[in-house]
Amino acid sequence: MANPMRIRAAAKEGVTEVRVLMSHVMETGQRKDSSGAAIPAHFITELVAKHNDKVVLNAQFGPSVSTNPYLAFKFNGGAKGDKVTVSWTDNKGESRTDEVQVA
Amino acid sequence: MRQKIIAAAIAAAAVVAAPQALASEELNFDAYRQMLADGNPAELFEMEGEELWTTARGPKNATLEKCDLGLGANVVVGAAAQMPRYFADTDKVQDLESRLMHCMDALQGIPSAEIINGSFLKGERAKVAALVAYVVGQSKGKPIQVDLAHPKMKEMYAMGEKTFYYRTGAMDFACSSCHSQDGKRIRATSLPNITTSKGAAEGWGSWPAYRVSNSQFWTMQHRLWDCFRQQRTAEPVFGSDVTIALSTFMAGKGNGHEAVWPGVKR
Amino acid sequence: MKKALLLAPLALFASVAMASDLDAKVAEMMKSSFKANGIASLDRQVQDEVQKACSSPTQPDAATMKRLEEAQLATVKWPEAGNYTGGDWQEGARIAISGRGLTWTDKTPDNNGGGCYNCHAMDPKEVSAGTIGPSLEGYGRIRGNSEEIVKYTWGKLWNAKAYNACSDMPRNGFGKILTETQIRHVMAYLFDPASPVNKQ
Repeated sequence: MANPMRIRAAAKEGVTEVRVLMSHVMETGQRKDSSGAAIPAHFITELVAKHNDKVVLNAQFGPSVSTNPYLAFKFNGGAKGDKVTVSWTDNKGESRTDEVQVA
Repeated sequence: MRQKIIAAAIAAAAVVAAPQALASEELNFDAYRQMLADGNPAELFEMEGEELWTTARGPKNATLEKCDLGLGANVVVGAAAQMPRYFADTDKVQDLESRLMHCMDALQGIPSAEIINGSFLKGERAKVAALVAYVVGQSKGKPIQVDLAHPKMKEMYAMGEKTFYYRTGAMDFACSSCHSQDGKRIRATSLPNITTSKGAAEGWGSWPAYRVSNSQFWTMQHRLWDCFRQQRTAEPVFGSDVTIALSTFMAGKGNGHEAVWPGVKR
Repeated sequence: MKKALLLAPLALFASVAMASDLDAKVAEMMKSSFKANGIASLDRQVQDEVQKACSSPTQPDAATMKRLEEAQLATVKWPEAGNYTGGDWQEGARIAISGRGLTWTDKTPDNNGGGCYNCHAMDPKEVSAGTIGPSLEGYGRIRGNSEEIVKYTWGKLWNAKAYNACSDMPRNGFGKILTETQIRHVMAYLFDPASPVNKQ
């Protein structure tokens, strides 16, 4: 099972800033191991962020994103105590969802 | 055609700009480090370690909540800043990793040999690293404050200092070969001058760290192990006296300076 | 009064004894804290004369330095018939750039790099050059190729400790880090007018 994300969300003057640290190998499929065999691709393909039940960000990820990706974004609205949910899905069909309350 | 010309012009500009950018920025990792400070992936390891601390594991199915890192059982805040330290219960000077290993053995029944004979980033030794991330994260912003009063601490410090200057191996290197002058570099990597208090704190206080180049979290044991590899010595044993001695020397020398825990490195 | 006089030499003796105790303990620890791995055997943990003499913040006295340097100079293998030429600067560049070899992750003790760029600037175009050693940019162009400088350079590459017993530079030839052929290539990299080291 995938490791948890680290999510921080803070509202200020009607704008909520969300910072997400994801735990993922983000293997490109281009690299080879010490015996010369290709390491299979394994990377996040899609990320969805929701404010309560409303989608505020939908992002396509690819193999050019680094290991353990960091993502920061802002959306209009949001207040202390609201729920922010972040989910990702990778090319192997694995997924992970974590949520935090806006601080 | 026109597009082609523009593209060529951009390429030329890039070529001209590159050496300057390299000279001023490529050799200075600080700006990049600042950008990463907000999203240091070491936090992922801190989270894992925090969970490990309170998870019942091992043959004794126990948590680490009875582990005493020097400030009392289960007191994690500020503990790393005061290590290595002398522990009366083991009658030994221990660094964070060897102390965690002791707790895992005593409380959880996870044999230390499994960690000592293991490999970095794998198995129980990887678990130790995650715990280290958690514990040092609880000393963020604290100054290094190592108590050298105990005779065994004094001796460890003195042995660490001697080891620092100890030349050996296939290339005659000692730690001091690279770490005894201000402002020097190996290739593009800046080297702290560990013979000064500030430099010792820079060396001691910026590890453990997340390494961006290989996406790995390295503890000080791991860092020292790779120093010795590049020094062309034989392989240091995990948690052995030489690693504790050097750690005590660096931490003691760096006393009073703030540590950046966990760090982020190229 | 007499007692005080007696005590002082005793105290001095005690601290000297403690210092040599500590040295012995450290030498023991440098063995007991390590294990052999692949080509990196425990022999590496035992110091030779030069390593031992140069393991403190201050170097030995001038007479000791001179004695050590003479012994090290005697280990230099000079090229056949005094012929220092025949190297290929392009090969030399590869050797200077590579910092590989002799770690416990290397399979064989051969095929090592010289690691020159770890510490020295050489080709002015290479930005990622270390600064522990002096810059060697324009080495041959600046120093010329008199027999004296060519011979010194060979000797320095073979055994740096022959000229400064406590030099930070590894003993490439003496320590079997580089072969004689490789040293010849590095010579070409330093002296050949066509080498980028000598371009401005």
